Amino acid sequence: MSKSPTAPPMASPMASPRSFVWSRRVFLTLLTGFVLVPVYVMVSSSLKPLADVTGRFRWLPSGLTVRPYIDIWSTVPLAKYFVNSLVVAGAATVCSVVIAVFAAYAVSRYAFHGKRVFTVTVLSTQMFPGILFLLPLFLLYVNIGNATGIALFGSRGGLILTYLTFSLPFSIWMLIGYFDSVPRDLDEAALVDGCGPLGALFRVVVPAAIPGIVAVAVYAFMTAWGEVLFASVMTNDTTRTLAVGLQGYSTQNDVYWNQIMAASLVVSVPVVAGFLLLQRYLVAGLTAGAVK
Amino acid sequence: MTTTAHEQAGTTAAPRGPAGGAAATRNPRRGPRPGRLRRAGLPYLLLLPALILELLVHLVPMVIGAVMSFKELTQFYIRDWGSAPWSGLGNYRVSVDFHAPVGEALLHSFLVTVGFTLLSVGLCWLIGTAAAVFMQDTFRGRGLLRALFLVPYALPVYAAVITWVFMFQHDNGLVNHVLHDQLHLTDKRSFWLIGDNSFYALLTVSVWKGWPFAFLIVMAGLQNIPRELYEAAALDGAGMWQQIRRITLPSLRPVNQVLVLVLFLWTFNDFNTPYVLFGRAAPEAADLISVHIYQASFVTWNFGTGSAMSVLLLLFLLLVTGVYLALTSRGRRTGDV
Repeated sequence: MSKSPTAPPMASPMASPRSFVWSRRVFLTLLTGFVLVPVYVMVSSSLKPLADVTGRFRWLPSGLTVRPYIDIWSTVPLAKYFVNSLVVAGAATVCSVVIAVFAAYAVSRYAFHGKRVFTVTVLSTQMFPGILFLLPLFLLYVNIGNATGIALFGSRGGLILTYLTFSLPFSIWMLIGYFDSVPRDLDEAALVDGCGPLGALFRVVVPAAIPGIVAVAVYAFMTAWGEVLFASVMTNDTTRTLAVGLQGYSTQNDVYWNQIMAASLVVSVPVVAGFLLLQRYLVAGLTAGAVK
Repeated sequence: MTTTAHEQAGTTAAPRGPAGGAAATRNPRRGPRPGRLRRAGLPYLLLLPALILELLVHLVPMVIGAVMSFKELTQFYIRDWGSAPWSGLGNYRVSVDFHAPVGEALLHSFLVTVGFTLLSVGLCWLIGTAAAVFMQDTFRGRGLLRALFLVPYALPVYAAVITWVFMFQHDNGLVNHVLHDQLHLTDKRSFWLIGDNSFYALLTVSVWKGWPFAFLIVMAGLQNIPRELYEAAALDGAGMWQQIRRITLPSLRPVNQVLVLVLFLWTFNDFNTPYVLFGRAAPEAADLISVHIYQASFVTWNFGTGSAMSVLLLLFLLLVTGVYLALTSRGRRTGDV
């Protein structure tokens, strides 16, 4: 890469005409409103007393309270779900990134039989409707458990295994593009210097591809953190993740919307903060990899 | 096999790309490398973990699912699904018999999904592209705005959708408050999560969640357009709008080809959004196919029919993807000439 991936290139050397500037203003203002309203509802409602969220909607709270943020932990075992989600998403991310790095390195640097078949197959798993393999996978996990004693169904392990394959195709695809953009002379040189292929991968290619790898990790974590379908079928009371656990607030007799909003905010903060901090890498990674 | 392995190792050393020429001339001088044979197996070893996992979690279950679709798999056989009687094409016949209730409901759900997907993908692409193009130049607050726009995408699906559920509430939701109480656009408060309005509710949430992805990809794609193109166009007297039409949009074609396909597949298969928005039973107007099949499998406990529907869905997606890629790739090639 010749230019720094994060430096925003000036698109046009010409000054923007008025019509363009005005269209931009109008469009971006409307869009900001569309994006922000739900965020505002989430934040403001989480600080409202219960009366404010059961009656007619109020733009401004009648009074601010942090009660919802205290109550969410006792209404449902949120802390437990939180830990489960952290463990599952964290482990799935680490495994997915490591496996994707190996696979992408092989595809990027070697010519071998079945390369095309491999990439096409892996990418095409992206288009499988989740519903298609939900039930068979469920049966498979149960049968593996019965045959070998490895509990996959209902365990965090099974969920980790499932989630890491969700992010794998995209991660491999993106890293192939990213590794391709790392000059081959670099790892050729490392090989000449006596590094093995793995040495070349970890000492040269991986460090040069850090933005891409960070981007892939962010994507993998978000995928695992937000998944609902498999979490709702494959977890039990002890392994339940936030995706399912959050529904607990609305099954109560009274719907505590202020608590639901507070809980939604709390579970969103880790991913949103992480994503916003690392989004530069994601854009840079996409620029160098996926969209090339 | 050994000879091909040697050939493979030989081609391996020759890099592709612009650096290829220089490296290729260097190569012969280096002489035969030790461990060439071992190296020929290395790519497979590196691919092995990914391959095993994809097989275990995606491909094997898919084959099992295909087998299940030919069985009469009701709740009585769940513990030992192998013993379920074969039903031949029975499940498929039930699924596509559009005069009977099951087939009719499936067809309806399919059509709803097609309409929903086309609208959602179109809007996501349009908003995402417009935002990315408008934000190509630097202006004050651009970084902040970009971060803000990515929030809907970064939010976990359930957190975002639950917020929308709250906003769409009949009595205490924001949407009715604004439309009815403040703007007086409606005679009475509307229901958004049941009845015909649910389609628009689902579309709104889907676009709100989905457009930042298009924005992200297009933004990345824009950075790969060489600046010289714009400079040359500006010298030729092309204005801002013309530059967008003549340079930006055509240069984005390869990016758009993948982006639209990915958006289409994700939206078509989306389960999370409707499931969190409506719960287990989606209203008829917003009965997306994944939830429909989920419902057909887990609520009626008829897994055979559910599997047959899933296989049909997969075949449809394969067909659409194949046709789409054939059409867009051909267009691209002739476009280059």
